[in-house]
Amino acid sequence: MSLVELADIRKRFGAVEVLKGISLTLEKGEIVAVIGRSGSGKSTMLRCINGLEKVQAGRIVVDGIDVTAPKADLNLLRQRAGMVFQSYNLFPHLNVERNVMLALKLVRKLDTSAAREVARAVVTKVGLADKLHAYPDELSGGQQQRVAIARSLAMQPTLMLFDEITSALDPELVGEVLRVLEGVASEGMTMMLVTHEMNFAKNVADRVIFMHEGRIHEDGPARETLLEPRTAELRSFLNAVLH
Amino acid sequence: MIREFADADIVYLIEAARWTLLLALTATVGGGLLGIVVAVLRVIPFRPLNWLAIAWINLIQGTPLLGQLFVFFFGLPLVGLSVDAWTAAALSLSIYASAFFGEIWRGSLQSVSQRQWEAGAALGLTYAQRLGHVVLPQAIRISIAPTVGFLVQLVKNTSLTALIGFVELTRASQIISGATFAPLPVYLTAAVIYFIICFSLSQLAHMLERRLHVAR
Ligand SMILES: Nc1ncnc2c1ncn2[C@@H]1O[C@H](COP(=O)(O)OP(=O)(O)OP(=O)(O)O)[C@@H](O)[C@H]1O
Ligand SMILES: [Mg+2]
Repeated sequence: MSLVELADIRKRFGAVEVLKGISLTLEKGEIVAVIGRSGSGKSTMLRCINGLEKVQAGRIVVDGIDVTAPKADLNLLRQRAGMVFQSYNLFPHLNVERNVMLALKLVRKLDTSAAREVARAVVTKVGLADKLHAYPDELSGGQQQRVAIARSLAMQPTLMLFDEITSALDPELVGEVLRVLEGVASEGMTMMLVTHEMNFAKNVADRVIFMHEGRIHEDGPARETLLEPRTAELRSFLNAVLH
Repeated sequence: MIREFADADIVYLIEAARWTLLLALTATVGGGLLGIVVAVLRVIPFRPLNWLAIAWINLIQGTPLLGQLFVFFFGLPLVGLSVDAWTAAALSLSIYASAFFGEIWRGSLQSVSQRQWEAGAALGLTYAQRLGHVVLPQAIRISIAPTVGFLVQLVKNTSLTALIGFVELTRASQIISGATFAPLPVYLTAAVIYFIICFSLSQLAHMLERRLHVAR
């Protein structure tokens, strides 16, 4: 069975249908880049996958959990499917170490010393061992985003969702975050990432999904899809972002 | 008999200031507990209770405190409940404070970004864990300044209870001023005491804000 299955999902906000029947499957270890114009429904799709938004129709199954079931265990789902946001969303009242430790203690029920050990390991992995005791407002955007990735990785998810995690960063800070992402990818993590970094999508992703007006307009191997778009819509989108 | 304003009068004023403090403290505890209830009723997803809380807040914020004091002091005896000045003062100041605390705390809770709730959710935290470990600590930090700002108002407003004969700092000043015919030194002393209380409160707020680290 696939790790993620979306079957004809539909999502409306009020009268506006934002996702108009999306079906896709994601295999374990796959890295999928999701691209598309602003408003095409990329974030909404990601948020539906980890249950932050409810769908009106269709079925979503993640790692055996039926997200769309009325009594779905969303907290369990979210341990399996980590999510990192554009705006980092670190907890401002906790230092780096305790940002990472919080869910380890509350959700994975580790004791303080075990949680601290995991926190130090993941924070070191994203290259911020010297910032363990810094507060979020003492870090650059790039550093905050690396902590957010570490915080999510610490939960040992089977799937990671990334929503434009470099879009809020100054250009010179994008590289450090992408390098961390590459590291995560090279360890075999299943990843779905909304991105405007076409080079990253081409070089790191296995597969690209192009969303257009609430539908999946193209879905194929990364290089091929980006280098030889089949539809006029993708071609014009790529022209717009590359030039 | 007219006498000089003496050191003993200053001691008397300081002793009366203890009642000012005790009254403010009582209203803070009573109003604080009731204020939590008001804030909760204001945000829980059940309309009739929201309306009840809003009505409470508007009624109390929209009428003068002096009027509320009179209602308790002169009104309750009319329905057969005799109250002394202390009880009427403590009761009406607590109710007065509950409306303001309720609003301040609701606002603080709601000013924590929705994204913080989501970040907690995305890590698998339950609703109660998100509230207790993510949102409340931030809301408390945000609420310190307005809460203490209101406490300063509350301390000064205890002076209105002089009008129902409760002997706190202002009433004591009136008494001594009447005996010495030296209103200026008396009221200046009272003003200095009020200032020391209120200034200490705002210093306390600064100290708390520094200790609870939250993004500015
Ligand atoms: N909570 C909401 N309430 C109402 N409308 C919403 C909400 N969230 C998103 N929308 C609308 O749904 C549509 C899709 O939004 P979504 O955020 O998924 O797009 P996106 O592809 O992620 O765009 P962007 O590249 O700008 O992030 C937009 O038209 C947006 O205005
Ligand atoms: Mg988006």
